[in-house]
Amino acid sequence: METDRYVIKQISIFSENRPGRLAAIAKALTEENINILAFSIAEADGFGVVRALVDKPKLAYDKLTGLGFNVAFTDVIAVKMRESPGGLYEIAKMLANVQINIEYSYAYTGKEGGVLILRVDDADQAVRLITSLGATLLESRVFQ
Amino acid sequence: MMFWDPRVEEMPKEELQKLQYKLLKTLVYRLYSFSPFYHDRMKETGVHPDDIQTLADIRKLPFMYKRDLRDNYPDKIFVAGQEDLVRYHVSSGTTGKPTVVGYTRNDLDNWTTSLARGLVSCGLGRGDVLQVSYGYGLFTGGLGLHYGAERVGATVLPTSVGNTERQIELMQDLHTTAIACTPSYLLHMGEVAEKMGVSIRDDTDLRMGILGAEPWSDAMKARIEDWLGIKAYDIYGTSELYGPMFCECAEQNGFHVWGDLAYVEILDPVTGESLGPGEKGELVVTMLQKEALPMIRYRIGDITSYEDGVCACGRTHPRVMRISGRVDDMLIIRGINVFPSQIEYALMTIPEVGQHFQIVVDRKGALDDMLVRVEVARESFSDKITDLMAIRKNVEHKLRNTLNVAVNVELVEPGSLPRFEGKAKRVIDRRQL
Repeated sequence: METDRYVIKQISIFSENRPGRLAAIAKALTEENINILAFSIAEADGFGVVRALVDKPKLAYDKLTGLGFNVAFTDVIAVKMRESPGGLYEIAKMLANVQINIEYSYAYTGKEGGVLILRVDDADQAVRLITSLGATLLESRVFQ
Repeated sequence: MMFWDPRVEEMPKEELQKLQYKLLKTLVYRLYSFSPFYHDRMKETGVHPDDIQTLADIRKLPFMYKRDLRDNYPDKIFVAGQEDLVRYHVSSGTTGKPTVVGYTRNDLDNWTTSLARGLVSCGLGRGDVLQVSYGYGLFTGGLGLHYGAERVGATVLPTSVGNTERQIELMQDLHTTAIACTPSYLLHMGEVAEKMGVSIRDDTDLRMGILGAEPWSDAMKARIEDWLGIKAYDIYGTSELYGPMFCECAEQNGFHVWGDLAYVEILDPVTGESLGPGEKGELVVTMLQKEALPMIRYRIGDITSYEDGVCACGRTHPRVMRISGRVDDMLIIRGINVFPSQIEYALMTIPEVGQHFQIVVDRKGALDDMLVRVEVARESFSDKITDLMAIRKNVEHKLRNTLNVAVNVELVEPGSLPRFEGKAKRVIDRRQL
């Protein structure tokens, strides 16, 4: 499908909330020479979910699973933002106008400029709406 | 072969009770005369051997406790002299001193006979390869099963406990058909096997497990049977009663306690009152033919119930149900009795969490606080925090309903809780009372 190239495989890792867990994950990725492009930690009571965009998601999944981690793939999309005041507003307003609900999101500024990573209910539909409104989505090959 | 010893195993109940009375009477006279320990205890209680006029009069006799063995370490309450002993076993002292048990030649023979009857009753025999993954050595499990299985003509593979990967290799190479170990160790083996790419169900000849030495639930049994594709039979015993000695028959409806060797009672653990069939209470055992270290009305501390009807298998001896907990494992949380087995049972009904758990009890201010740590199953991990919170809520809800006390649940990573090769120790009690 046309929208496929915009759907990025994020890895999500279940982690107990105690010192050393992030280091253990990062060490595993280092050992496989996997580059982390963006990541965030969502925290709940006593545990968290580490979410990361990596250059080799399948390898990261196998490595971490092999070490006993609970890992899942999640589809996300990445929207380019203008890197000046109001950049996030433009995108957020657009998503609001077309009634796209954001499950969660995190952002980074890289060589492509500002990037907003979005987890939405229906990635295909979101890709179609966002591109039709003239916004730029980064293709998954940019990351992977 | 259906029966090892049909004359005894199918003995009419009345005849069996007559035999039990005769054996009890002899035992009490013998101890009154030759055991200073039990003589004194009977005197303190105000009971004389002549007071034992019927089998029910056993209730007049004083109890024995684990601490009696500990207090008389190592062999002060043995009735046989060392020259008549052919073996010792020593149980690990989880609390304080270990306890020593001794065996005459007749004791060993009765032990092995008891197991031979039990093993045949669940279908083990010639042609079977029994992997004995109970510890060998001072613990009674390994050697007990070893000689029992040899007697019925099975081929014994004495792997003892540990080195799980090698156990799985041998299980495949030597075509093990039966395994004897703790239920939690078998689950552990199943997990290790899967990591090795071996399915116990599809890639081995294992057809039955003879499992015991720790409390386990019906749900755990179902999980073992469904997952590993085997029949799981309960085996029961403790070093004070020789060792593992009673085993479920093919009906899988409680283990037969051979009436010519042992007399069972179920008592209310608090009042000491005698309970009837089907009622849950503390198991109390009198060993009717034990020579070196007689045990009368021994309060093992296990919680269970019994059935007295003739079993569908034809055996007339009473059946005791799978142990559901320990009197001393029992936690009192805000005044409510909680058995770890109840938690195990509740968790088994929730596929989103694994079968392993840990209970941490602490005191927050004046109130007991119970935390149950469970592993999130791989299949049910979602990236969504709300899904994980819902799993936790569900576990908390189910535990609350089962235990009638509020529980906090912590989700932990799969494989992070301790696995046990011997008896599982799942409770950490940090309360300073």
